[in-house]
Amino acid sequence: MKKRYWLFVPLLIFVVLAVLLWQGLGRDPSHRESALLEKPFPAFSLTTLEDGERTVDASWLKGQVTLVNVWGEWCPTCKREMPQLLALKDRGVHLIGVDYKDTRDRGRAFLNEFGNPFALNVFDPEGSLGFDLGVYGAPESFIVDAQGNIRYHHTGYITPEDVDGVILPELQRWQ
Amino acid sequence: MAVIPKALMALLAAAMLVLLAGTAGADDLHHFDDPALQARYDDLTASLRCPKCQNQAIGDSGSPIAGDMRAYVARALRRGDSDEAIRQAMVDRFGDYVLYRPRFEWRTLALWAGPGVVVLLGMAGIGALIRSRRGERVEALDDEERQRLDTLLSRHQASDDQTRSHQ
Repeated sequence: MKKRYWLFVPLLIFVVLAVLLWQGLGRDPSHRESALLEKPFPAFSLTTLEDGERTVDASWLKGQVTLVNVWGEWCPTCKREMPQLLALKDRGVHLIGVDYKDTRDRGRAFLNEFGNPFALNVFDPEGSLGFDLGVYGAPESFIVDAQGNIRYHHTGYITPEDVDGVILPELQRWQ
Repeated sequence: MAVIPKALMALLAAAMLVLLAGTAGADDLHHFDDPALQARYDDLTASLRCPKCQNQAIGDSGSPIAGDMRAYVARALRRGDSDEAIRQAMVDRFGDYVLYRPRFEWRTLALWAGPGVVVLLGMAGIGALIRSRRGERVEALDDEERQRLDTLLSRHQASDDQTRSHQ
């Protein structure tokens, strides 16, 4: 009998497609690779939440590894994230906050109520810094290395498990 | 309709108007007097994808980030940026995800060329199949077989004519 191996071609195609589609099913559709990884933190010149007279820029981030957290009083998940950020601060992490699309009063009230783990809060009422960071919702966090380059982007809420499982190892990596 | 009192209808209509006004407000800011700019704005906002939503153009989405992106597009158009520069600015911030029409580059080669390659492979497969069958010959019927075929055909012909005449 003539061996007709090519009859297995449709089966092979089916298997390849099935594996491909199965993998696609398991992926988180809201996951995005950040476009800013390995790039310098975008330039900005904004006042701090604490002091409307004091202007800060991206040079503030140089010299040490920083966790930049984008938050807002209007964002309910940010409230749930605060205990994790406070824990990170207690572990010696240098944190900087970006108060995104907020008012000064509400931002300050938020920190009074939920605690302030941040060495400094950049006040971004128009969301211009957030836009340049590619932020499309809060909370989002970035790890910026001592040279001021973005090394890690965390979209969404940092869970209590993420503190030891993701954030601290990533911070270690870029020390 | 008749069962609903007029006053209630009027109230409902007013409520609808208020709701509609609320939704329309968001995008009424970006209108261009120049129709060419308006066309570019419409095209860009229809071809850039909202990063917050799974599948909506920034022109269709009510999410705050889509509003910011529309505002950026409008500002950039007014200061004279090219469409490509605006798209690039979005990609720099939000990644390739925002492009509904991926760019043609090495990374996306499989994406763009894939369907063509599959069609070519299929055509090659069909061609090979035809060529491999070309050698096969149909054996001619001998006299006995031919006669049998003729009787069979004529019988059917006769019954076909019969059924047709009955109609």
